Amino acid sequence: MSPGRKTSSRGRDRKKDGGQRRPMFRRRKLCKFCVDKIDDINYKDVKLLLPFVPERAKILPRRISGTCAKHQRKLRVAIMRARQLALIPYTVD
Amino acid sequence: MNRKYELVYIVSPEGNEDQVTDLHAQIETIVQSLDGKIDKTENLGRRKLAYEIGPHKEGTYVIETIFGSGELLKELERRLKVNDLVIRYLAVRIDKEELVIGRARENRLATSRRRRTARGLPPDRQPGEGQHGENGENPPVKPAETEERS
Repeated sequence: MSPGRKTSSRGRDRKKDGGQRRPMFRRRKLCKFCVDKIDDINYKDVKLLLPFVPERAKILPRRISGTCAKHQRKLRVAIMRARQLALIPYTVD
Repeated sequence: MNRKYELVYIVSPEGNEDQVTDLHAQIETIVQSLDGKIDKTENLGRRKLAYEIGPHKEGTYVIETIFGSGELLKELERRLKVNDLVIRYLAVRIDKEELVIGRARENRLATSRRRRTARGLPPDRQPGEGQHGENGENPPVKPAETEERS
């Protein structure tokens, strides 16, 4: 890479910063179960599980829901059990 | 080995009340014959199924909490599998999970108490106190830090 290109790229960055004053600010997502202190993620509690199985009835990934690893594991088990008992659908089309 | 299990089964909507109670009696005899114990029975009543199981669109949910051995559960599952009236069942061991949940609650209570006493508050939350978080905020720690520095 030539030094000239380097400066040009830096220049572009500066311009970008000047143009878009506010960088995309995302609020840190929090684990619902940690915040609300829910210890028991039970497969019979459909109301609790439903927000984590949106339209297609797929399990909402951690990167979107913000659930912590520990609770996502428990959530997954609970959802799978609830599916077996026809409390939650496997799929919706 | 005495373990705690939770057995949920869905009775076909064609089965009437009598058949449900009859099924419960059958399960009870099996449990007793293999020296187990039924702790709790809960009938959730008729519910719509999230998806169709065979020809069925709804079913009666019954939850039983059972103390017993693995052999007992094996026998129960075998019987439920054979029974035409039962369209779905699920048996889960719950004693371990309950222990974990209980421990988590205890730990939380203990930390909150410790922190509250450190802040010079009564160990338990008073009615009408604060909006959230029995896990205290930072204030008690801050003054201590500044003292050390000076």
